[in-house]
Amino acid sequence: MAKHRITVSVNGEECRREVDSRLLLVHLIRDELRLTGTHIGCDTTHCGACTVLLNGVPTKSCTVLAVQAEGAEIGTVEGLAGSDGMHPLQEGFQEMHGLQCGFCTPGMLMTGVALLDDNPDPSEAEIREAISGNLCRCTGYVNIVKAVRYAADKIGEGD
Amino acid sequence: MAPKTSARICGVGHSMKRKEDPRFLQGRGNYIDDHVLPGMLWLDIVRSPVAYGKIKNIDASRALEIPGVLAVLTGKDLEAYNLHWMPTLMSDTQMVLPTDTVMYQAQEVAGVIATDRYAAADGVAAVEVEYEPMKPVIDPFRALEPDAPVLRTDKEGQADNRIWHWEEGDKEATDRIFEDADVVVKGKMHVPRIHVASIETCGCLADFNPVEGHLTVYMTTQAPHAIRTVLALVAGHVGLSEEKIRVVSPDIGGGFGGKVPVYPGYVIAIAASVVLGKPVKWIEDRMENLQADSFARDYHMDAELAANADGKIRALRIKTLADHGYSDAQASPSKFPAGLFSICTGSYNMEQAFAEVDAVYTNKPPGGVAYRCSFRVTEAVHCVERMVDVLAQRVGKDPAALRAQNFIPKDAFPYASPLGWEYDSGDYHAALNKAKEIIAYDELRKEQAEKRTEGELMGIGICSFTEIVGAGPAEQFDILGIKMFDSAEVRVHPTGKAIARFGTKSQGQGHETTYAQIVAEELGLPAAHIQIEEGDTDTAPYGLGTYASRSTPTAGAAAVVAARKIRAKAAKIAAHLLEVGEEDLDWEPGTFSVKGAPQKSVTIQDAAFAAYTNPPPGMEPGLEAVNYYDPPNLTFPFGSYICVVDIDRGTGEVKVRRFVAVDDCGNIINPMIVQGQVHGGLTQGLGPALYEEIPYDEDGNNLAGSFMDYLVPTAVEVPAWETAHTITPSPHHPLGAKGVGESATVGAPPAIANAVVDALAHLGVRHIDIPITPDKVWAILNEKGVAE
Amino acid sequence: MIPPQFDYHAPRSLEEAFALLGRLDDAKVMSGGQSLLPMLKLRLASPAHLVDIGRIPGLGAISETDGFLKIGALVTETQLERDSGVSARYPILGDTAKVIADPVVRNRATVGGNLAHGDPANDHPATMLALRAQVVACGPGGKRTIAIDDFFHGLFMTALAPDEILTEVRVPVPPAPSGGAYVKLERKVGDYAVAGVAVQLALAGDGTVSQAGIGLTNLGFAPVRAVEAEAALTGKKPGDKTVAAAARAASAAADPVEDRRGPVEYKKNMARVLTARAIRKALARAAGG
Repeated sequence: MAKHRITVSVNGEECRREVDSRLLLVHLIRDELRLTGTHIGCDTTHCGACTVLLNGVPTKSCTVLAVQAEGAEIGTVEGLAGSDGMHPLQEGFQEMHGLQCGFCTPGMLMTGVALLDDNPDPSEAEIREAISGNLCRCTGYVNIVKAVRYAADKIGEGD
Repeated sequence: MAPKTSARICGVGHSMKRKEDPRFLQGRGNYIDDHVLPGMLWLDIVRSPVAYGKIKNIDASRALEIPGVLAVLTGKDLEAYNLHWMPTLMSDTQMVLPTDTVMYQAQEVAGVIATDRYAAADGVAAVEVEYEPMKPVIDPFRALEPDAPVLRTDKEGQADNRIWHWEEGDKEATDRIFEDADVVVKGKMHVPRIHVASIETCGCLADFNPVEGHLTVYMTTQAPHAIRTVLALVAGHVGLSEEKIRVVSPDIGGGFGGKVPVYPGYVIAIAASVVLGKPVKWIEDRMENLQADSFARDYHMDAELAANADGKIRALRIKTLADHGYSDAQASPSKFPAGLFSICTGSYNMEQAFAEVDAVYTNKPPGGVAYRCSFRVTEAVHCVERMVDVLAQRVGKDPAALRAQNFIPKDAFPYASPLGWEYDSGDYHAALNKAKEIIAYDELRKEQAEKRTEGELMGIGICSFTEIVGAGPAEQFDILGIKMFDSAEVRVHPTGKAIARFGTKSQGQGHETTYAQIVAEELGLPAAHIQIEEGDTDTAPYGLGTYASRSTPTAGAAAVVAARKIRAKAAKIAAHLLEVGEEDLDWEPGTFSVKGAPQKSVTIQDAAFAAYTNPPPGMEPGLEAVNYYDPPNLTFPFGSYICVVDIDRGTGEVKVRRFVAVDDCGNIINPMIVQGQVHGGLTQGLGPALYEEIPYDEDGNNLAGSFMDYLVPTAVEVPAWETAHTITPSPHHPLGAKGVGESATVGAPPAIANAVVDALAHLGVRHIDIPITPDKVWAILNEKGVAE
Repeated sequence: MIPPQFDYHAPRSLEEAFALLGRLDDAKVMSGGQSLLPMLKLRLASPAHLVDIGRIPGLGAISETDGFLKIGALVTETQLERDSGVSARYPILGDTAKVIADPVVRNRATVGGNLAHGDPANDHPATMLALRAQVVACGPGGKRTIAIDDFFHGLFMTALAPDEILTEVRVPVPPAPSGGAYVKLERKVGDYAVAGVAVQLALAGDGTVSQAGIGLTNLGFAPVRAVEAEAALTGKKPGDKTVAAAARAASAAADPVEDRRGPVEYKKNMARVLTARAIRKALARAAGG
């Protein structure tokens, strides 16, 4: 089977790898790049634990081939916090108790960050709809919704 | 209740932000699949497509030709080490890998060991297994028929498919009441097979060091210490000795009871590591998780209530059939094969009750785990709370009024239930009244009446549950003979910081925060300065783990006792430093001061420093303590939930419009975390009420074996939960706390089911089995002639 | 879950793609991959080659020209859902895009893929049947236009030849006043339809239905166009009786199988209930502009 040379930017850092055709993006991220914040929770593209940003767009990385990401910018949970501390959404999750076991959290965060980029002032219904491709088994979502609102308000204040 | 400690100390009662969050939020959690060891190999598992059949042949030759595939382990290979069987936590037995017969679909048939997960998966696809299928026994009622084939022919003396019969209560006295009762209502209900479906599946990394004979197993377990002991007991003959076994439970991505049992995959990985002398990792995928791991529930119940004409309940009688699948692989206390099902008299004061359960084998995956439930409490509560509604309908009373009429009164605690429990404390009227007030119950009833005249279907459902958690007193409770105490070890460092280790294991409950708050409460050290560790059997004190809402009642209490021992010693040191007698000291959280001269004081940090640098003459240096806490009784959290639903007459869809949960879990350690636990529990109650079920067809095929058909609710289906509390402290817990992790999972399904039945009650509907799916509701609407 | 081995190819032009499809044995075309990759992971499919058309330029646009709304093969559901022109003039397409899978999947799932997969459980087939769309297919022999009625041949089977690629979907610009709606019953977000009904109506000046299109999702072995139901509306003023008759006709056209989503009787009745709801919604939209 042919190998493919790919170059991707992961959290702003350029990575070159030689990958098999069938290598899933999530395994490139977790096993090869050892960024283990991105998780795997199902096999059927339902749970969203593997959600990353692919050129800024939330994407289930278990349902994308690594080779398809050639040339793309990939954002994972490890890249959210900056030198000035956690992203407002990460902060919101802690303040509003938007996580329990933490397993779905990175995927939720990536989806949430993209939502706030697209829609800085989402309603509760819009938030619920936006995160409906990400399953959480612990929180009942109420506090995740609040966490997104917290971040929206905080980012809004900065404007 | 206002917290006793300052925000800096952040003891009990503060909504402290969680200490574990920063690592989870920044991708620095450390879950099982994040672990990598040099030279690590991968295990993937060949599983049976048939539910029952003989294995004619396993041909691994094509698999072994695949580059990277190193070995294929079968039952015959394990048989050579006598590792092809293992005990369940209920002292039943279970195959690790079969030598001749498969007993359920997705059963482990062979293990493929390879250098990476891709090669292992290819290997699994290439192993050719020839089966001779046999007609499986899927229906548990069929399993008990005299001509049903006996499934467990491996068990000596097993002449039928019955596993055990359990009963509790005075049958004759109960029967007598039923004979002369004014009213008897009956109900037949099934609480179906469901799955915990934690977002992280199960897995392990087994690392056997052949030179030292030492085994480390990183694994997704809620009970690492018990697992270590079980491993030592069952694998002693291959040289595994308990001092050379280390079980590490890393961060766990949700457990909910599903990570208590030992699954064959763990044992195959360990066996492979022992045989190959290399680390072996096994991570199951979601379909394996849903199809092979322990299920929960699956109780078929025939229930009856006897009452006076005015609705006063006199007695309860329940006959139950429990489908355990291929093996009794639940993890209930050994003297309680039906778990704590005998809590089925619930919140109601009655004269007598009698409950019985027959457990049977079928060709389904083994289990019966306590999914976010203190051992069959969910089934018990569902039964009684549905039956109370059936009775209310029969006697023509409002279900809230009927409940209030029958509640165990506040002044009757401690209350001896007819099935032998001593309820520690309760105020059921207060919780129900609060829930009614928040949701504006009387107005809802008016709205419902108006809607009915317009043909719209709206229902209001109540559940006033009583839980029984915190197993448990050692006299009665054990797992495989190990008593169900739990433990805490607290060490205060010279600079006044501390580490505390526990025998439990958080799976998202926030132990790193709440335990720190408990120690902070007792010692006056800031919770931020107290590190919490669990899950490593080499370092943590022995304990039975986290399930059955037992962590706060047992290990939380152990932390209090250990911390109080430390404070007692610190008081002696403080007295020494202040040159007064101990009896002359006052204690404010964090500070000892001289009575009448508060300016003369030392802090707990001063005392800690002195414990290492200037201990009183004759005193043993250091400042640490350990406690193994054996609770004097269980705790009995309770609550009243009220749910409002609207039903679409066209599609049968049920929409939960509002849901108010009033919980009473005694004193609250961290209100934010308690609310989060209730939110999560409610959602895991909504799932089985409306969406989740693992059904089988007659051939034993799992019909909900992936997230395509196992319907875990998303944010769109889940309503905005409304929560509130009453507080009735436990009289015997050192903090007055009761445990809360599971209340909502137990209480939500009957509230929702009752609401749906209530919406249809005027049409003569008395019961609908959960999950209440749109097609089920539509069939009723259609039958009653009210479908759109 | 790990896909079987295959070779991946990412042609940069249609010509390159046709050459690959002509040369390679057992090749499968992939656009967003949101149906195909899960099938590979479940090992329900094991093509020797994947030809990813995702890097071919010119296939990702939505435009309204020559009397058609033209949707390029690589237009994602999210793109369709957010396109202001589409939501204003083709609300049925917005309805549809919004209920496909879940929002994260929709970021990669394509409209073209939703059709080319040939799955009667997918949502766009019904919508496109209702809209009388056309599928543009390109192959080594050139370009051809396939009427949507001729496109679906059965479960996972379409009119596309193995060396053809769906490049565009064309929706005729509806006459004014028109209205359409897609109503889907699903067990939860992310599910395939228990039943789904797409209705597109054009009204004559006298308020009668001049043209009706009705498509059904997951109610047959292939996507179903409810011709009798359309006939029940056409030329009539859509009062309650007419709507009910059309809904009954749609139900009669449905030929579902029992599964976890419900028994046949339920699904057939849902075809009826949802058809009535979709017609009313379409009429309201037509009335509103």
